[in-house]
Amino acid sequence: MKNNNLLKNIIIIILALALLFILNITLDSYKVRIVNLCSIYIILGLSMNLINGFTGLFSLGHAGFMALGAYTVALLTMSPQAKEVNFYMEPILPFLKDLNMPFVLALIMGGLMAALFGFLIGAPVLKLTDDYLAIATLGFSEIIRIIIINLQPITNGALGLKGIPPKNNAFFAAMLGQTPKINLLWAGVIAIITIVFMNLLMKGSYGKALKAIREDEIAARSMGINLFRHKVMSFTISSFMAGVGGGLLAISLGTIDPTLFKFSLTWNILLIVVIGGMGSIKGTIISAIIVTIGMEALRFLDESINLGFMQTPALPGLRMVVFSIILMMAVIFKKDNIFKSTLKKARGRYAKD
Amino acid sequence: MLKIDKATMRFGGVVAVNQLNANIKEGETVGLIGPNGAGKTTVFNMVTGVYKPTEGKIIYNPDGKKDIDLTLLRPDQIAKVGICRTFQNIRLFKELSVMDNVFIGNHLRLKSDVFSSALRLPAYIKQEKEFMEKSKYLLEKVGLYEERDEKSFSLPYGKQRRLEIARALATDPKLLLLDEPAAGMNPQETQELMAFIADIKKEFKLTIFLIEHHMEVVMGICEKIYVLDHGVLIAEGNPSEIQNNPKVIEAYLGVE
Repeated sequence: MKNNNLLKNIIIIILALALLFILNITLDSYKVRIVNLCSIYIILGLSMNLINGFTGLFSLGHAGFMALGAYTVALLTMSPQAKEVNFYMEPILPFLKDLNMPFVLALIMGGLMAALFGFLIGAPVLKLTDDYLAIATLGFSEIIRIIIINLQPITNGALGLKGIPPKNNAFFAAMLGQTPKINLLWAGVIAIITIVFMNLLMKGSYGKALKAIREDEIAARSMGINLFRHKVMSFTISSFMAGVGGGLLAISLGTIDPTLFKFSLTWNILLIVVIGGMGSIKGTIISAIIVTIGMEALRFLDESINLGFMQTPALPGLRMVVFSIILMMAVIFKKDNIFKSTLKKARGRYAKD
Repeated sequence: MLKIDKATMRFGGVVAVNQLNANIKEGETVGLIGPNGAGKTTVFNMVTGVYKPTEGKIIYNPDGKKDIDLTLLRPDQIAKVGICRTFQNIRLFKELSVMDNVFIGNHLRLKSDVFSSALRLPAYIKQEKEFMEKSKYLLEKVGLYEERDEKSFSLPYGKQRRLEIARALATDPKLLLLDEPAAGMNPQETQELMAFIADIKKEFKLTIFLIEHHMEVVMGICEKIYVLDHGVLIAEGNPSEIQNNPKVIEAYLGVE
């Protein structure tokens, strides 16, 4: 029974890897970018679900942790020449200029940087609950952004960083005679690792303890669970994942600046978590894919639309309005889990007939 | 084993518990009774660290070696030294399965850190297996093994009470605090509960401190009874002494 499950999971992972590999070769560069973004949003969605869905803490600080990860990865992977070009207003700190690391190491450093700040922020803030925690984490995320804007010699301030070296599939592209495009495997494999990690974590004793905290703090405490330690742990792990996700985002975009890490980025991820269901790993994966593809597919809403009898003017941002409406609907109608409750309803209907 | 020494709990101007002295010896079953609002649950909350007494000490000594002042500990630390409780208004982890509820009771004994848990290192796997075995045994003990995969909120009331006891037992307590275990039970269920409490007490070598309104339970299984009224201890003694105490009859059972 147990071995069967393990086998099933391994087969799923192998299939997912094979799928990634095929997509990596067959899709054009625009579609590859979208699939890559899907993987990144899966990581970010799971990271937010760990703290908001599984531990039951309402945190809105994700954009800040992503920014930390993104900037760390960008600064560690850019070449000294590229840095020189970027920092024309004020020179970069000398020790940072020559700091360079392989991509994977930089990504881990990005995660650790976010985790460190997650730990430092979490320790005082996690004494708060509910809305207070949401406001405090939101505040911290904005503080991080403002600090990034003002630390000109380190982050290049509002100008942002351009020319972050991308991870291309140059090798395969050369073999197949294609032009190089983003290598899907990086974000894809990290997303798979994240999914496996989350599954193992939530199935284990610690995951159950986190869920217990979500269900009833007083009872969890009386059962010997150290609330504070577990909350900080969950918050730090979640920050690490957000940092890695932010780093991958930086790599795939090639350009980052502080406006990218505004509050609306946190909302995007919250949208994924809420639609997918608080505390559901499968739901988060599905909704991350749907939301990311939806964002692209609904792009036509931003442009001028020909309705036949009239031409509407271009309204940049209209698709965000649509997404906000979807988020509101999701919150109002499907509080816990949009997929599970729909399935349940469908089953109930058949059972009645 | 447990000594409550002049413990007082004030909430603003209200004195919920006033200068309470109580002493529980190892292996005893001690009852705490009193009319509604007498401060019984507050006593439990003080012992388990949910409230910090305004004055006084609560000394716990499980093995005759070192005194532990419970007023200095957090609730989770108190659970670790071997005091666990159930709640008057059942507090299960509602959305989690029956099995998981009991499993979580074991968590405080887990030695591995979160990464060995996520990476399934052998030391963690071994302990998890142990926890599973123990949870399974406890569920069989309370007769809920068949329902192990159901969500705990879907259980009927009486079973939820038993699940709460199983969860508390999973923490390996030496002193078990039961807050109205027989609330809402019919006479037959109450009889079963009494037998059950006697049974677990013997098997797990427990000391039991319980709050109860069902007089037959209190008189039936308690060796010593404390009576609270308006936060003040008005009587203590064995069941027959309590039944004949005029103060108790006046305050608790009513005046003729």
